[in-house]
Amino acid sequence: MYLIEKSLKLSENVYEIWVNAPHVTRNAKAGQFVIIRTDENGERIPLTISKISGDLVRIIFMAVGKTTHALAAVPAGGAISDIAGPLGCSSAIKKYGTCVLVGGGVGIASTPVIAQDLKDAGNRVIGILGARNADFLILEDEMAEICDTLLIATDDGSKGHHGFAADLLKQVIGEEKVDAVWIIGPTIMMKVTSNVTREPGIKTFVSLNPIMVDGTGMCGSCRCVVDGKTKFACVDGPEFDAHQVDFDNLMQRQRYYMEHEKEALAQWKEHQCTCGGQH
Amino acid sequence: MGDRNVAVRLKDFGEVDNGLSPKEAVEEAGRCLQCKKPACVDGCPVNIDIPAFVALIAKGEFLSAAESIRQQNLLPAICGRVCPQETQCEALCILGKKETPIRIGQLERFAADQERAKGLTVPARKTATGKRIAVIGSGPAGIVAAGELAKEGHDVVLYESLHAPGGVLTYGIPSFRLPKDVVRAEIDLILAMGVDLRLNHLVGRTVSYEELKEYDAILLGTGAGLPYFMGIPGENLSGVYSANEFLTRVNLMHAERFPEFDTPVARMSRVVVVGGGNVAMDAARTARRMGAKVTLVYRRREEDLPARAAEVHHAQQEGIEFITCANPVRILGEQAVTGIECIRMQMCNLDESGRPIPEPIDNDIFTLDCDVVIQAIGQGPNPVLVSQIPGLDKGRAGNVVTGEDGGTSHQKIFAAGDVTTGAATVIMAMGGAKQAARSISKMLANR
Ligand SMILES: Cc1cc2nc3c(=O)[nH]c(=O)nc-3n(C[C@H](O)[C@H](O)[C@H](O)COP(=O)(O)OP(=O)(O)OC[C@H]3O[C@@H](n4cnc5c(N)ncnc54)[C@H](O)[C@@H]3O)c2cc1C
Ligand SMILES: Cc1cc2nc3c(=O)[nH]c(=O)nc-3n(C[C@H](O)[C@H](O)[C@H](O)COP(=O)(O)OP(=O)(O)OC[C@H]3O[C@@H](n4cnc5c(N)ncnc54)[C@H](O)[C@@H]3O)c2cc1C
Ligand code: SF4
Ligand code: SF4
Ligand code: FES
Repeated sequence: MYLIEKSLKLSENVYEIWVNAPHVTRNAKAGQFVIIRTDENGERIPLTISKISGDLVRIIFMAVGKTTHALAAVPAGGAISDIAGPLGCSSAIKKYGTCVLVGGGVGIASTPVIAQDLKDAGNRVIGILGARNADFLILEDEMAEICDTLLIATDDGSKGHHGFAADLLKQVIGEEKVDAVWIIGPTIMMKVTSNVTREPGIKTFVSLNPIMVDGTGMCGSCRCVVDGKTKFACVDGPEFDAHQVDFDNLMQRQRYYMEHEKEALAQWKEHQCTCGGQH
Repeated sequence: MGDRNVAVRLKDFGEVDNGLSPKEAVEEAGRCLQCKKPACVDGCPVNIDIPAFVALIAKGEFLSAAESIRQQNLLPAICGRVCPQETQCEALCILGKKETPIRIGQLERFAADQERAKGLTVPARKTATGKRIAVIGSGPAGIVAAGELAKEGHDVVLYESLHAPGGVLTYGIPSFRLPKDVVRAEIDLILAMGVDLRLNHLVGRTVSYEELKEYDAILLGTGAGLPYFMGIPGENLSGVYSANEFLTRVNLMHAERFPEFDTPVARMSRVVVVGGGNVAMDAARTARRMGAKVTLVYRRREEDLPARAAEVHHAQQEGIEFITCANPVRILGEQAVTGIECIRMQMCNLDESGRPIPEPIDNDIFTLDCDVVIQAIGQGPNPVLVSQIPGLDKGRAGNVVTGEDGGTSHQKIFAAGDVTTGAATVIMAMGGAKQAARSISKMLANR
């Protein structure tokens, strides 16, 4: 069992937890993830390592289905049965010159560690955070501290640019020379936003989030098509060259268990009611 | 007692083979000729003293029989069930020449089951040597090596990337052939010898190769878990599984009991399994228990099926349709699988192993409707760790090259099991692990 030392709600449906897992923190690097299982009957789900502090791993996640809701319900001082990691390859950190980090929605969770490492490698780092509205904006202060420049976009204009992060990215590359870009967020956002850097040929990374089981390269559930070839995101990725990724295939595979997911969530919610919110 | 009735067993994941009753076991053991030069022993990769334990069963001394087996085999209840006995010990039993060979595997299982029912005793350890050894992977190779090394008094840390130990025994082989409580009991016994099991540790990521070097010796038992795909169009449609994924979802994660367990697996009505080995049979029979109509497509002839004869027989009994001399060329569907296109094969000249080479027959194509395709066409060594060890000698398939002693091109690193041989058998993995463990103790004693 692994202790959850802190648990807080960041915005509607978005949570931050700190898990005590020294085996994970020892070698964790930017861009890597963990796989957790809340309990003995639980599913293995991947979540990005959002920060490390001593023996604690920070995870920021959106409660979308059964497992993430159950995870949000574990109070500080509670425990989860498993956390494996760090998994996947680390981000390709080196000195590029000027780097732009675009985070969308809960995908912003992945950006601080990458931004910090890029910074430490001597890059100028521009952050662009996009969210539905100001309430959904996370880690703004943290990113503002790390980045040389931080830009904000909200879909409804409640903060910063009224529109998409992609608009801001377009603006930045129109104004100055950009050497590398990271885009991390919902798949559709990564697909659309990476088109901005395709034409100018700027090196762009996206962090893919296919459905995983083991996270060790053993099952092939996480396979994605990159440059026409099949890659296992859990061991070959999760970051890949955005301009080579078959996003449509990824979205199609992500949807496969939709009916199951609805059922599992409905059942979980029902169970929560009958026992007065107690597990 | 034999196999459970087909109609009943298809409704659950309970063990198909009931094993022998005490009376049957004593009778069967009584047939043994107690050969002076027992050929059967040569057929067993870990050289169990077969006549000795069989004689004890014949006398009704079941626990002593189990004790005798344990001298050579730390996982008797598992091997008795899944060893390909018909090509090993039983193939060489002298009685096989005229009548049926002694059912050695069944007797081994019987003795081990009797022993487990009475409660297992933890084997004793020698005095502590103060040497620290890292064993990577908790499949049969890693488990057995850890046990043998702990017995010698070494401190053993056993790393496993998943949340449960056992490797293929836990996530691959279905419970209707190998019940998970049997696996757990035999593994727990070994762990109870003082092995420090660290789950959720993917070595190569959680622990770096540099950190491993601090151990006095390292044993690689990481298996051959990397699934191969055919490389045909349509392979990345939803509903195309590797056998590993499909079996892991069910065996390890219990998707058959969704939503009581959270992990889903496709709701399938028609399944095509590609391949002809044990893994293909396990996937097909698992899909059958999930209520699907199952067709197995294999590119060679029925007599070439690499799976154990008993498994093919069980699969046929359970209503799995076999289409041999056919190979998939394309998986059909827009988003999810709707069918699979196959081409008929003819058998041409012989290959090195004396088997005919399958060649496609031009334009002889047919289509099978299905909603799930499971590929069981083989696996290679998982590269995550081995690719990070500089200068480690590897074969063409990425397997770690070892000498007879289990040693690799690095002095402190030994390897055993599927990572050295490619997909093989439980007992081969165990045999290799025992050898490597002996070599490690020898190396450490000489230092
Ligand atoms: C490398 C990686 C890093 C991720 N990091 C984060 C993160 O930092 N924060 C965050 O909120 N989310 C992250 N995700 C997504 C997260 O894994 C899913 O939201 C989670 O699995 C949903 O589980 P559920 O049971 O709550 O929802 P479900 O109702 O089961 O599923 C909701 C959606 O999540 C996806 N999903 C379901 N099961 C899995 C699975 N086993 N593996 C991957 N995706 C699945 C599916 O596309 C599905 O449509 C990451 C995914 C990957 C692959
Ligand atoms: C479906 C199926 C059915 C089979 N049926 C039979 C049968 O009937 N009879 C028979 O004799 N054989 C059978 N086999 C083959 C047999 O199971 C294998 O030969 C045997 O399990 C190999 O043992 P191993 O210890 O080398 O590897 P594995 O059993 O593969 O174990 C390797 C372990 O290492 C772990 N691991 C891998 N990399 C790392 C890492 N970097 N860090 C930490 N842990 C790691 C894995 O998670 C796994 O637990 C079958 C195989 C399959 C897949
Ligand atoms: S371990 Fe396998 S080969 Fe050896 S005696 Fe037992 S069944 Fe036969
Ligand atoms: S060869 Fe057959 S008959 Fe002879 S000892 Fe072995 S099991 Fe008994
Ligand atoms: S999640 Fe199984 S191979 Fe990547």
